[in-house]
Amino acid sequence: MTRKQRRGVLIGTCLVVLGVAVGLVLYAMRDSIVFFYSPSDIAKMEVAPGQRIRLGGLVETGSVKRDEGTTVYFSVTDGAKVLPVTYTGVLPDLFREGQGVVTEGALMPDGTFKADNVLAKHDENYMPPEVAAKLKETGVWRDGKLTGEVTTQ
Amino acid sequence: MIAETGHYALILALGVAIVQMVLPIIGTRFNDPRLAAVSVPAAQLQFILIGIAFAALTVAYVTSDFSVLNVWQNSHSAKPMIYKISGVWGNHEGSMVLWVLILALFGAAVATFGSNLPRRLRANVLAVQGSIAVAFLLFIVMTSNPFLRVDPAPFDGNGLNPVLQDPALAIHPPFLYVGYVGFSMAFSFAVAALIDGRIDAAWARWVRPWTLAAWMFLTLGIALGSWWAYYELGWGGFWFWDPVENASFMPWLAGTALLHSALVMEKRDALKVWTILLAIITFSLSLMGAFLVRSGVLTSVHAFAVDPARGVFILGIMAVFIGGSFALFAWRAPLLSQGGLFAPISREGALVFNNLLLTVSCAAVFVGTLYPLALEAVTGEKISVGAPFFNLTFVPLVIPLLLAVPFGPLLAWKRGDLLAVAQRLTVAAVVSLFAIIVALAMYQSGPWLAPLGIGLGFWLIVGAATEIATRSKLFQASWQESWRRMQNLPRASYGTALAHAGVGVMVLGLVATTAWRSERIEALAPGGTVDIAGYTLTFKGVKEGQGPNYKELVGVFDVTRGGQPVTTLIPSKRSYAVENSATTEAGIYNAWGGDLYVVLGDPLKDGAHTVRVYFNPLVRLIWLGPLLMFIGGGVSLTDRRLRVGAPKRAKQKSEPVMAPGK
Repeated sequence: MTRKQRRGVLIGTCLVVLGVAVGLVLYAMRDSIVFFYSPSDIAKMEVAPGQRIRLGGLVETGSVKRDEGTTVYFSVTDGAKVLPVTYTGVLPDLFREGQGVVTEGALMPDGTFKADNVLAKHDENYMPPEVAAKLKETGVWRDGKLTGEVTTQ
Repeated sequence: MIAETGHYALILALGVAIVQMVLPIIGTRFNDPRLAAVSVPAAQLQFILIGIAFAALTVAYVTSDFSVLNVWQNSHSAKPMIYKISGVWGNHEGSMVLWVLILALFGAAVATFGSNLPRRLRANVLAVQGSIAVAFLLFIVMTSNPFLRVDPAPFDGNGLNPVLQDPALAIHPPFLYVGYVGFSMAFSFAVAALIDGRIDAAWARWVRPWTLAAWMFLTLGIALGSWWAYYELGWGGFWFWDPVENASFMPWLAGTALLHSALVMEKRDALKVWTILLAIITFSLSLMGAFLVRSGVLTSVHAFAVDPARGVFILGIMAVFIGGSFALFAWRAPLLSQGGLFAPISREGALVFNNLLLTVSCAAVFVGTLYPLALEAVTGEKISVGAPFFNLTFVPLVIPLLLAVPFGPLLAWKRGDLLAVAQRLTVAAVVSLFAIIVALAMYQSGPWLAPLGIGLGFWLIVGAATEIATRSKLFQASWQESWRRMQNLPRASYGTALAHAGVGVMVLGLVATTAWRSERIEALAPGGTVDIAGYTLTFKGVKEGQGPNYKELVGVFDVTRGGQPVTTLIPSKRSYAVENSATTEAGIYNAWGGDLYVVLGDPLKDGAHTVRVYFNPLVRLIWLGPLLMFIGGGVSLTDRRLRVGAPKRAKQKSEPVMAPGK
């Protein structure tokens, strides 16, 4: 094999691998990315039922209810809008009323949100930045503290 | 007084680091060996000073001195001793001190054990290492001083986040940091080579042991973190493609590529410029990890309290070191002598393939990790990129790499014979085919790719064994002859085989757990049962317990299989009064073939509880694999050719056995 051919093989392999990688990334970007919304965003925008999204906000105080089995009902609020959520499973340790929460799932045709994942918080004082940013827009969160309009705890 | 001593030692260390950064460079520039030699005692003194600072902080934690702000914020007198100690690095300031301590440790090790390094190279390496220390010591002293006092001293502390109060997590950060910071050594060697404009095969031989040591600890550190997430977070998952996990995974991928490319450079005097570039990239990714974790741009358990000044400072450090080293690279790399091109089918060709796929898959992880941040900065839209993205991009890129792994060590340098190697791998191919058929027969359900994944795992394990078998002429020569050859094989060969087999073991665990895990979520009243994977769990009710610094609600589950009692599982929910927080302790039974994993959920009516039960087949292999890689790395490190002290003598001795596949 001549020097030229060797270089050709090397460059060719690199280009093929890079091409495949770019293709995979672009394809995955289109299909497997999850957008983050607050209840107000969902009220404003057209989010198709069934599309996977993340919903973030505060768990509305007094909204957590359970059925006979393992399903939990609660509402997520950002101070302006409220969205009812259903979730089947074990809630994270620090899931509490009046506290920040991020859930992942999809809107149902009836306008409620069916979560298949409620993300754990690891710290009592911790507010997920996405939630904090959204809450700042509605004025519920200021200077790292809840302003008390939503929580009664 | 002790805190002030620590603070003083840190500032002195900063001064010493400045000396270590400046004088040796002047010395090598103007050929003054005395100035260059200052680097050695400076590096050693710097380690001692930072050691004193670290010890002072540890004493403050152990004695619960709450007049120190950092101790007050992160410790509590009722905490068990091990978590008082691990609390030292369970927070931003303390973990930075650990970071510079390890940085100084590596510098001192090169100064002390690097007496066979060329004087110029050693002086330059220690100077670059000193400059990194200057940056991070400045960062600590200016924005993250752990020795600040509170007056009056509070009566008791705020405690440590309870999920961090765990044995695996107590040692997870030190391991991870030895890995991250250890790559600074490869970086310093690379920059030193660029400064001098000279590089040769010997350079690779000096860099490899340091890189290998860093890689070993990073491997185990990541595995420890994953194991912790598995049993502590109560989700039964082991890897979430969380940005912070990715931040540690990217340096690992780049570092793995670096280990392999340095091999080509050492043996064939080729890929020099690429190896230098990889060394710079690997440490840059480590720095980026530090930035992601500490700047508050991420949502994660790892994200420390947010202070914009810190983020900006680390961004500055990154800009200087990454920008500076890339600029130096662009300027000086053309001066370095290039090695020749080589045949595609050869050991070095295989290693290039390894590097190509590792770096490209690392780039895919990079895009997935940073794209959400970039998008938010540009458009304000918030997205999350999770497992589906990485399964679609990273996994397909890594599979060809894993398929190729057994070929690499069997191919000869310069000109390999693919057909001959393929013949040697017949056994491995047959075994993995058999494994695929068995897996198909055992599990009719699950994704169709899963049995192929099991085959891939066996391919890697048997392929790794094939290398040893081939080299010792097992089944070809007499038993005595093979045994003699096995004893004479270099330890690095065993290390390689162990590490590659470890990858296979990990693949088996990943595939089996992901594809065939079973899960039940039930509302169980006392006396209720759940059936899963042949086991029957009976809920006996809950009882209350009291730990050293928590109260717990313990669920009792009797486990039977075919009517025979197996074990009793006691998952619990702990509540920590001081931290006003709670954790879930899963009940795990490690059976042959998998883990039975029970989580006690929220209380329902009439003493019932939500209960989540998993059966995770072969899940332990996920962490056994990295442990094998760690051991393999350690075995390699004891190979005398890699030992920094004796490279020359050993080289002659091992030459005859270094010609595999002939």
